[in-house]
Amino acid sequence: MKAKTSSEPGIIEMLARSIAVLRKDLVCEFRTRYAINAIVLFAVTTLIAVSFSVGGAGISQPIQATLLWIIIYFSALSGLSRAFVKEEESRTATALKLAASPGAVFGGKLLFNILLLFMLEVVIVPLFVGMMSLQVKGWLLFVMVLVTGSIGLAVAATIVAAIVSKANAKGALFAVLSFPLLLPVLITGIHGTQAAISSSVFMSGIDDLKLLVSYTGVMFVVSLLVFRFIWED
Amino acid sequence: MSVVISLELRDISKSFGARDIFSGINAKTGPGCLVVTGRNGSGKSTLLRIIAGLIAPTTGEVVLSLDGQQVPSERRRDVIGMVSPDLALYDELSALENLRFFARVRGICRTDDQLRSSLAQLGLEGREDDRIASYSSGMKQRVKYAFALMHQPPVLLFDEPSTNLDEEGIRAADSIITEHRRQGIVVLATNDQSELRYGDNVLELGGS
Repeated sequence: MKAKTSSEPGIIEMLARSIAVLRKDLVCEFRTRYAINAIVLFAVTTLIAVSFSVGGAGISQPIQATLLWIIIYFSALSGLSRAFVKEEESRTATALKLAASPGAVFGGKLLFNILLLFMLEVVIVPLFVGMMSLQVKGWLLFVMVLVTGSIGLAVAATIVAAIVSKANAKGALFAVLSFPLLLPVLITGIHGTQAAISSSVFMSGIDDLKLLVSYTGVMFVVSLLVFRFIWED
Repeated sequence: MSVVISLELRDISKSFGARDIFSGINAKTGPGCLVVTGRNGSGKSTLLRIIAGLIAPTTGEVVLSLDGQQVPSERRRDVIGMVSPDLALYDELSALENLRFFARVRGICRTDDQLRSSLAQLGLEGREDDRIASYSSGMKQRVKYAFALMHQPPVLLFDEPSTNLDEEGIRAADSIITEHRRQGIVVLATNDQSELRYGDNVLELGGS
């Protein structure tokens, strides 16, 4: 019989436990492919529909940037809520609550959603560039806006997923609650991507990049603070 | 190493919306077994979830003390193990992968041999690497015991402990309960009259 409670884990230990949650989610995901299939199929279908509709029409750069982010945004909405919804639906959330600290769970789920978005973008961005004849002048800015925007999107989507996982109308609630929270990422991401498409000067999009980093930082800290109360009922 | 342990329920009540599940629950126990009984809907499972820290009581508090020191609610998971029909393990993972994962997130070190041995003790030898999805409900119940015991908690919460178990499984559960109540606390929620024999104390919930 164990005699003592262990002390609160440090940052390294918390990271190790978050990575354990991430590994578990990745193994479960690759054995079912539920979220990956939902996200990638939605993204590819939307991209093909968009490219057949407007691909040859020579659409403007602002519209190209907007279309790219709309595809990423709605694809993310179709799959990122699974991180917590699946735990509640399969009743594994109880075991997870009994074994893991809230910080480790949030960290693991966040890392999983970030990875999922990156995997989506690895597929969708080259396809988008090819099918929509996208001419990017500032590749470094383009990639950095996509990476920071995706992390911001994943942070906000992860905390909203935790909130909606106990509700009945999860899908609708996830979309409704996510939209106002994700709007700043969406608008800034579109603006930053426009800057990367139209100019090779990195500084042309630096304000958007700063805003995305700030948004992500604030959202991460707030999420970490409130997650325990959401997760522990 | 022997540990002085006590569990006290102080004026616990729980409501879901306008519906009161129970109120004014008071109980105190040291090492031994507290049996919680009562008709369906009386709140036995809810009380166990409150003790485990999974849900908060509407009023009152759960005081769990180890060696005279109160265990903070956020650390309660370190000293509690639970088996419940409301708890499921990951169907996509094998029994061994499940235990390996839960050991990692608990921050405890368990070798595969130790985990295999704990599963073998529960009659799952040779099936450790099969996915939980392929298990019968009784086998899943046995893995839940391994999950509850893996961090050697001084407090064990059992909600309907013999659910889905065959005779061999019931004997294994009996041995776990009998052994554990000598050193630690067992809280057992049941409607099975034969399980009342474990109780050093019996708490009967009234129902609604």
